[in-house]
Amino acid sequence: MATPTLPIEAPLSTSQPPSGPVIVFEDVSIAFEENVVLDGISFTLPHGETKAIFGVAGAGKSTLLKMALGLLKPDSGHIYTLGEDVTQMTEDQLFELRRNVGIVFQESALFDSLTVRENVAFRLMEEGKTPAAEIERRVREALRFVELENTVDMFPAELSGGMRRRVAIARAIITQPETLLYDSPTGGLDPVTSTTIVELIIKQRDVSKTSSLLVTHRLQDAFIMANHYFDAKANQMKPVPPGGKIEAPLAFLILRDGKVIFDGNIDELAHTKDEYIREYIS
Amino acid sequence: MAAGDFLSSIELISPTEFAKKKIQSLQDYSILAAESVVNLFRTPRYVADMIQQMDLIGFGSLPIVLASVFFTGAALALNSATTLSRFGATTVIGQLVSIGIVRELGPVLAGLVVAGRNSSGMASELGSMIVTEQIDAMRALGTDPLKKLVTPRVVATVVMMFFLTILGDLMGLLGGGLVANFLLGMNAHEYWSNAWQTLVFSDVFMGLMKPLVFGFIVATVGCYYGLSTKGGTQGVGRSTTEAVVAAMILIIVVDVFVTRFLMVVLGS
Repeated sequence: MATPTLPIEAPLSTSQPPSGPVIVFEDVSIAFEENVVLDGISFTLPHGETKAIFGVAGAGKSTLLKMALGLLKPDSGHIYTLGEDVTQMTEDQLFELRRNVGIVFQESALFDSLTVRENVAFRLMEEGKTPAAEIERRVREALRFVELENTVDMFPAELSGGMRRRVAIARAIITQPETLLYDSPTGGLDPVTSTTIVELIIKQRDVSKTSSLLVTHRLQDAFIMANHYFDAKANQMKPVPPGGKIEAPLAFLILRDGKVIFDGNIDELAHTKDEYIREYIS
Repeated sequence: MAAGDFLSSIELISPTEFAKKKIQSLQDYSILAAESVVNLFRTPRYVADMIQQMDLIGFGSLPIVLASVFFTGAALALNSATTLSRFGATTVIGQLVSIGIVRELGPVLAGLVVAGRNSSGMASELGSMIVTEQIDAMRALGTDPLKKLVTPRVVATVVMMFFLTILGDLMGLLGGGLVANFLLGMNAHEYWSNAWQTLVFSDVFMGLMKPLVFGFIVATVGCYYGLSTKGGTQGVGRSTTEAVVAAMILIIVVDVFVTRFLMVVLGS
């Protein structure tokens, strides 16, 4: 039976996607004082894939994302992001690389003294290369994507938690990055708002074809991502029809005691014999 | 928490570890201080942020600097009069207040007041940005926090400390003058001509060099403690307190060395 083609529009980005892996961790370890957080972990994020990272609190999930972006340096090992070894790069070199990698922080990390417009436009304004009219157009486009165009003149303190996360997504995607890192984007949100955020992540994945690492505590978020696609015409996510398959594969990575104990797709996860993982997903 | 639990929760640290941490802190502070200066010669330069900080630091601190130096000048005149009257030398109050305020009290008081107000402000602002991941977000968005946040604050504090000290000195002299005129019955012209004529180049030079050093200390210490914040909102409070204490102590200690250095250089 042929796989149904999903009604997804062309990606926003016009650059040619690279064929190699987007992010590669090679035997990476990091400790904070005496506490070993990640101990020799290795994994690969292939181009076009979304990898959902799970683990208990303090397992090193957020640390892993920050290392992928060069915000933290590992004690040992190598991390290749978009083909560059971020462990060997200076901060100035990393600034250029980070243009192609967006990140949504756990608590949004919006600049509270700036308006939504200034937050979303921050990178473009700092670069100083884009005309003001073009910045305004792109800010509105990004905010329209997250359906918050009406908040453009508001300050982060005036927004709800869910709205702040959506603005953070808009800020992350304004340069149309090849890769997105989501750090618990639904953490602390109510189920309805969480679903809205997950829908946005699916929309970004399917419309822009970005690869992404998604740190989350909520297994249902990942299952929704695995079983839904974004219908651009209806402007909403829809369940994948029986026998259908989403274009962007979803993988699962589970951390425990500083090690990767599972790295595979949803079928492998469902059939795992590991007691801890079975308990985790039950 | 019971006393026993509290005592058992105290973590003892070895002297070696303690020394290592202090040396590491000194190294980190030195790097931040050096970078804040080097960034002046790198692009981008955040001129708008510098002007905004000048407004916050300079105009914001103006009333308390003026008030503190004014009343110190007045108190200095009163205290001097008590001693000088024993020798029948109350006419030199103008000289004493002038030298004391311009060479020492003006810059130091302005430094301490600005440290109390702005080192704490910088530490708490940057500390809050650390704990809410705004600094990480800034780096992730391709902006160097040292260029964007630290250098403008250092430049603004150094520049505004210079002008705040000049205005503070004037207010100190005015405070002394009012006391001399209205309480001690001195002729105003006599006081002001004494105060003016006693000042030489080395006095004014010393009085205007110190605020530059103190401004640098206030800003770099405030920013260092802010950017070193760990441990959530409690950590922000700790950083704020430590920044004020460190900046004030540094100003008082460095003042001695700067005074001695300038005396040797200027031969006074």
